[in-house]
Amino acid sequence: METGEFPLASSLRIQGRVIGALFLREVITRYGRHNIGFLWLFVEPMLFTLGVTALWTALKSYHGSSLPIVAFALTGYSTVLLWRNMPSRCIGSIVPNFSLLHHRYVKVIDIFISRILLEGVGATISFVVLSIFFIAIGWINLPEDVFKIVIAWTVLSIFGAALAILLGALNERSELVDKFWHPMSYIMFPLSGAAFSVDALPPSVQEIALWIPMVNAVEMVREGYFGSQYRAHYDFSYLVIVTLILAFLALIFTRIAVRDLRQE
Amino acid sequence: MICLENVAKNYETRHGRVSILSGVNLTIAPGEKIGILGGNGAGKSTLIRLISGAESPSSGRINRSMTTSWPLAFSGGFQGALTGLDNLRFICRIYGVPTENKIAPVEDFAELGPYLREPVRTYSSGMRARLAFAISMAIEFDCFLIDEVVAVGDSRFREKCEEELFKKRRDRAMIIVSHNATYVKKHCDRAAVLNKGTLHHFSDIDMAYQYYDGIMKNN
Repeated sequence: METGEFPLASSLRIQGRVIGALFLREVITRYGRHNIGFLWLFVEPMLFTLGVTALWTALKSYHGSSLPIVAFALTGYSTVLLWRNMPSRCIGSIVPNFSLLHHRYVKVIDIFISRILLEGVGATISFVVLSIFFIAIGWINLPEDVFKIVIAWTVLSIFGAALAILLGALNERSELVDKFWHPMSYIMFPLSGAAFSVDALPPSVQEIALWIPMVNAVEMVREGYFGSQYRAHYDFSYLVIVTLILAFLALIFTRIAVRDLRQE
Repeated sequence: MICLENVAKNYETRHGRVSILSGVNLTIAPGEKIGILGGNGAGKSTLIRLISGAESPSSGRINRSMTTSWPLAFSGGFQGALTGLDNLRFICRIYGVPTENKIAPVEDFAELGPYLREPVRTYSSGMRARLAFAISMAIEFDCFLIDEVVAVGDSRFREKCEEELFKKRRDRAMIIVSHNATYVKKHCDRAAVLNKGTLHHFSDIDMAYQYYDGIMKNN
């Protein structure tokens, strides 16, 4: 057994090992070894993003900024993948995996985290690969402030993760979470800032739009990407505070869910 | 040592709170083998889930200073889309054990031939059980949880299981949950009977069995 280590270090090592094992298990289960296998992890979100980009280009969607539509769709839709897919994968993930909890080291939170990581990695690779592709063919310019994009992307990932764990845990109390999440996430897609630019909204609406946490993150990603060509509106500290509150609630409700767990 | 102190477990149901276990005390020392008898619905599986750590008690304490197995030959954790080998790798990763030197013994014991590299969903229930038992033997524990199930496979396979478990690993602690008194008598040092959520201890297995028999007749 693990000895001669600080208990925390040893716990973290075990947790890392378990999350890694669950991650690989999930990759093989979902993508298998057929055709392109695990490449689907990011090819699938790439296809989504490309599809939306093509659709918006064809419809000449109005988004209220001078940005090329490709740039707009890439930054917008990629962020949607992040906060939408994480919760979708966590809701209802405990019951089918209940039997794994018989293994002493496997905890409910590990099941959540492994799925969140999978979605996060897929969405991130998709975003990066598509960015490089569109930059290489000259449809969009090099990002002006990569660091800002990384920060916004990271905070939005943590926001998505916290939301995912919270909803995954709450779903154990009431399956209504699952029922409501689908319409909610569908409605939130256009409202999330993916399909509009805050600057194009009337000032009174702008203020309301910025109450939606995702809008702040998308705006920040776009500022990092296009800086001088884009007038971004966002409140970074608001985004961070909402994320921290969600993360706190997520941990509390996971504890409650673990306490009340029962096998069917 | 595994120590359950005054453990209770309740479940919330639509008809209010239902008490499954209450005031359960149980101590298992290294190498000790204890049988737990109980009829259907007496709370045996709940007790196993509490000891394995899959669920937490509503009140009371469970202390473990021995490593505890998952319920033996338990195949519910298998992912059907994964091959037998993938499932072995998964278990080895969780317990931080290198897989390479485990493949041969599992192959040998489970007798699945090329099926070890096929998805588990294509297995018959006998094949699943053999794989489950073989994987259970790939990780070493101080205490094995055995939930009713060693009666899997044909008699030759059962003998192999007995050999692995009760001969090669006779120095380990075991908790055997069963309603088969003969089985418990054969393998355990002492027995306890679960009745209406409480655990009654007996140093003599025959007395435990008499008590258990009495409960069964009264029902």
